[in-house]
Amino acid sequence: MIDPKIRDRFPMLTSNQMMQGHPLIYLDNASTTFKPDCVIEAENFYNSLQTSNSHRGDYDLSYLVDQHVAESRALVASFINADTREVIFTSGATAALNTVAFGYGLSTLKPGDEILLTLAEHASNLLPWFKVAKMTGAVIRYIPLTKEGRVTVEAAKQAIGPKTKIVSIAQVTNVLGYEAPVKEIAALVHAQGGVICVDGAQSVPHIKVDVKDLDCDFLAFSGHKLCAPTGTGILYGKYHILEKMEPFALGGGMNVKFYPSGEMELLPPPTRFEAGTINVGGIYGLAKAIEFIQGVGMDNIAEHDRMLKARAVEGLKNCDKITMYNATSEAGIVDFNVNGVFAQDAGTWLNSKGIACRSGSHCAKILHEHIHTIATVRASFYFYNTVEEIDTFVDTLVKGGDFLDAYF
Amino acid sequence: MPTFELTPAMMREIIMDHYSSPRHKCDPEQEGYVSLHSASVNCIDDINVYLKLDDKGIVEDARWNGVACAISTASSDILCDLLIGKNEKDALYLNEQFHKMLHEEPYDSSVLEEAMAFMNTSKQAARIHCATIGWDAMEQLLKEHRHDR
Ligand SMILES: Cc1ncc(COP(=O)(O)O)c(C=O)c1O
Repeated sequence: MIDPKIRDRFPMLTSNQMMQGHPLIYLDNASTTFKPDCVIEAENFYNSLQTSNSHRGDYDLSYLVDQHVAESRALVASFINADTREVIFTSGATAALNTVAFGYGLSTLKPGDEILLTLAEHASNLLPWFKVAKMTGAVIRYIPLTKEGRVTVEAAKQAIGPKTKIVSIAQVTNVLGYEAPVKEIAALVHAQGGVICVDGAQSVPHIKVDVKDLDCDFLAFSGHKLCAPTGTGILYGKYHILEKMEPFALGGGMNVKFYPSGEMELLPPPTRFEAGTINVGGIYGLAKAIEFIQGVGMDNIAEHDRMLKARAVEGLKNCDKITMYNATSEAGIVDFNVNGVFAQDAGTWLNSKGIACRSGSHCAKILHEHIHTIATVRASFYFYNTVEEIDTFVDTLVKGGDFLDAYF
Repeated sequence: MPTFELTPAMMREIIMDHYSSPRHKCDPEQEGYVSLHSASVNCIDDINVYLKLDDKGIVEDARWNGVACAISTASSDILCDLLIGKNEKDALYLNEQFHKMLHEEPYDSSVLEEAMAFMNTSKQAARIHCATIGWDAMEQLLKEHRHDR
């Protein structure tokens, strides 16, 4: 159970935001999430009372910052059951996935090696691999999805072979919200000598993720989808892999020494992968956000997501005006179209009712060839959404109306 | 001065009409067209616009095609209607007035005709770029292919 008082902790909720004359109902949590007071205060604390760069100074203030960053790293590590030195701060899931593709992929892939993805991946887990495949001569292949859009162990078993060097898939997909059997797939890839990179952008904020249990080699996620500030994210990597891995970005903060000849000695992981000034204020916020959602309880969050999803599905499944694409998926995501209305127009119409959903191809443009529509509307929930909000959302859709009403 | 008074009901009808049966939504079958591709990060709209200019710079034909919402479909289609027969100067003037209307600046309504139906688009600020995607692309094409350059 989620205590409804949790909403009092979010200025975006307590400030009684109005949109188009209606109280805001925010159902775009797969995109980004609201920040609780403690996260805002933590980032503010850094900016107003503890500003200085990390590992750059000999003075107390800088030391305090280093301490705080180290503690934050340890907290992230315990959150996903990793070792502290396996946790790399990035600017988000995109940066983390690019680090894997260009750091690990670029230096290990040979012509003819296979990179296995799915058609349900976010652009951030496709485009880096497309590029790396082009640069190395590796081949992109896809684990076929079921008709609903799900990845199964059977399909993965068929697809994974001796040439499979990297499997990179989302644990929970961002459009349809199916949960992939990552643990089983990891075992299959490892048996063939490959590695698995898990895109946890949509899973880590919503379910308990344990990297040791999954036995994944990499895990990427963003802070802003779990109530932390934008510009924060994590790349987890198994230490023995990180140790041999090339950095994607080079510069200050990640080297030991370098010479005019071009010779350089780099720091060990995780710092090797944190070139330049990191988002220190964001990291203060990220640590608080993780504490906060752990306080709410990952199991409670997952249960609340499921409850809201079930309620939305129940309300919409018999409505002949609506086509739903993912009634059976695990995540608190409802992907749909209003029949006869282009997704974007439906999104605008919902906006005119104060409901924030996302319309579009959701950065998974190739998926829509699979579910036979170019674009959909996506409503996505988090623990601060209420049953009443879902009911209003459902009632609004069921009642319907002329989508051009939004303009008149 | 508006050349005719539009009621909201008429505006809806104009938009729905061009959305459900666009007249100029097709790729050219012949040579002689210049074209430009335009896509938006904010929405799904992903269109091509095509212009055929005669040797005096008069728009002989205007077309568009692609994936587009109701607002971008109707606005691009109406634009093509209005462009055909205009010289570059009048075409650019029309474009300028349309942008002014959408951004709630004073504008000359006498040239906008059916494009007046988008008077209210600014109510849905996130959709202004849909109403202008075709117009922006056409403006760029017109400027690139000016005869008096
Ligand atoms: C599955 C998935 N992967 C990657 C990303 C990219 O995250 P970010 O934009 O925070 O880097 C997202 C964000 O929408 C996502 O949903």
